[in-house]
Amino acid sequence: MQHRAATVAMIAVLVGLGACAKKKALPPAPPPAGAPIQPNSGGVPIQGDSTGTVGTRSIPGSVADFKETSGGDTVLFAYDSYEVDDTAKAILGKQAEWLARYPAVKVTVEGHTDERGTREYNLALGDRRASAAKNFLAAQGVSVARIATISYGKERPVADGSDESAYAQNRRAVTVIVSGAR
Amino acid sequence: MRIPALAALLLAAAPAAAVIRVDINSGTASPLPVAVPAFPAAADAATAAGTTAALGSQVAGVVAADLASSGLFRPVDTAGAAVAPADVTAPRFAAWTGLGAQALITGNVTAGADGNITVGCYAYDAVSTEELARQGFVTTAANWRRAAHKCADLVYSRLTGETGYFDSRIVYVSETGPKTRRIKRLAVMDQDGANHRFLTNGQNLVLTPRFAPNQQTLTYMSFADNRPRIWLYTIGSGRQEAVGDTTNMSSAPRFSPDGSTLVYSISQNGTTDIYKLDVASRTVTRLTRGPGISTAPSYSPDGSKIVFESDRGGGQQVYVMNADGSDQRRISFGEGRAGTPVWSPRGDLIAFTRLTPGKFRIAVMRPDGSGERVLTNAYQDEGPTWSPNGRVIMFFRTAAGRSGRVDLHSVDLSGANERTIKTPLDASDPAWSPLLP
Repeated sequence: MQHRAATVAMIAVLVGLGACAKKKALPPAPPPAGAPIQPNSGGVPIQGDSTGTVGTRSIPGSVADFKETSGGDTVLFAYDSYEVDDTAKAILGKQAEWLARYPAVKVTVEGHTDERGTREYNLALGDRRASAAKNFLAAQGVSVARIATISYGKERPVADGSDESAYAQNRRAVTVIVSGAR
Repeated sequence: MRIPALAALLLAAAPAAAVIRVDINSGTASPLPVAVPAFPAAADAATAAGTTAALGSQVAGVVAADLASSGLFRPVDTAGAAVAPADVTAPRFAAWTGLGAQALITGNVTAGADGNITVGCYAYDAVSTEELARQGFVTTAANWRRAAHKCADLVYSRLTGETGYFDSRIVYVSETGPKTRRIKRLAVMDQDGANHRFLTNGQNLVLTPRFAPNQQTLTYMSFADNRPRIWLYTIGSGRQEAVGDTTNMSSAPRFSPDGSTLVYSISQNGTTDIYKLDVASRTVTRLTRGPGISTAPSYSPDGSKIVFESDRGGGQQVYVMNADGSDQRRISFGEGRAGTPVWSPRGDLIAFTRLTPGKFRIAVMRPDGSGERVLTNAYQDEGPTWSPNGRVIMFFRTAAGRSGRVDLHSVDLSGANERTIKTPLDASDPAWSPLLP
């Protein structure tokens, strides 16, 4: 049910081998199989420069890269609205640019609502929001064949409160990568 | 499961004019005091569901609970008031009027050689000593609760002049887990919460189950395979089958009164419209053509009209159209928005959800939109469903805040007698069955 569960496993990092690491001679070859292991037999102590940092970055083309590059996978809407506002346009625009770089990627846009609507109406409103986000991506050149939509109405909030802050977080469209990411 | 009336016990000659009468429109102002003592067993016999004496006590308990739940009757304490078998047909009325009862419900349970039981059900005006009704109900011993509900329906019908509703069932969505990861399962139970059974395992998100008129088929919405659409469920076999649109979301299904048609909505590129599907041929007919969202359709009991909600004029409002989609007109004009309309089985009223800022409430209005009355008041009361006789409305109530606590409630058409319906877990989306045969 949750596409995103899989993405956790896909988040990989490139360890930046920075300037702080010194070139070393290769350690001696390991002893042949079956040979007894000698403690510290090669005489090479484990060493390194502990003062630097090891940075990370997302693998280009990965789900994490998509979110970082786009400024998020989620755009928000006003109450009972499916209008893509300027903030949402900026995020969706970057999503579209990223999707242009990785044409094998397919996405599903999930539409969600806050809890202040009846069940059936909110399913329809979630479909409106997902479709609005999809249509914006398509207008930026992403093939509609790569974009599916699904509405969860008010069934899958991310914030569990019953206040303006929670409502605002729950009125959303989330672009979920379903295949083709690295 | 049929519970035929026992012809031998069916006396057509009920008294012409009962002295007592329950006014169903007066709410709970003065519920009628009734005595429902344990039904005596002339010859205590074993059945598959216990002895007939034990069943006689249990049947009386169910009858008393049914009548009390209507808010129209008040069972008096009959503890210690023994009933001899001969008292069933010749009651000593002074004993019951002495307890304050104005009506006496009594009867007996006998075991047949075929494994069935017969529940004899007798109702008397305890003050005038007139007999009001008597009938026998035959069923399997395991099915004794249904015979008790039939007895309660007989009493309700005789004293109110309205058809009863106690021998009926509820299908609903059982909920558990945190608000952000709710697990939902279809569940079915008797109207009084007995014989509770889960129908699905919670793997797929399921919503809005509704009974077919045959009470054996359900239609509901499922997110199975991440394809939200309409499904059918057959209660006996557990068979599940997807119907309707294969590419776009379909939602809000409901059967026509004759069961031949499903009416529901399909969402396509942000627009949601109402369609109907002929169950036999699977032919789909489009009924609305935008603009905006049209959903939550419900047939009138004669099948000639459909009430639905649409935001074509701005916010959500209730509309009525002919069953072929013609003559669509808005009927709700009160303050705020209006959604989830459901036509009463009597045809005279439409129940719906009245939305004002910060509140959802259950309300009723006439099919022309006049006479609106709001029946409940809470953070979110939503999704009304009618009792088979059109007198009681069940709905679900969601609490504000992180718990997301949601449960079932019922309220009398008068706005009185609001009750919580007990369920094992949280509960939403109730749908009442027709009266069982």
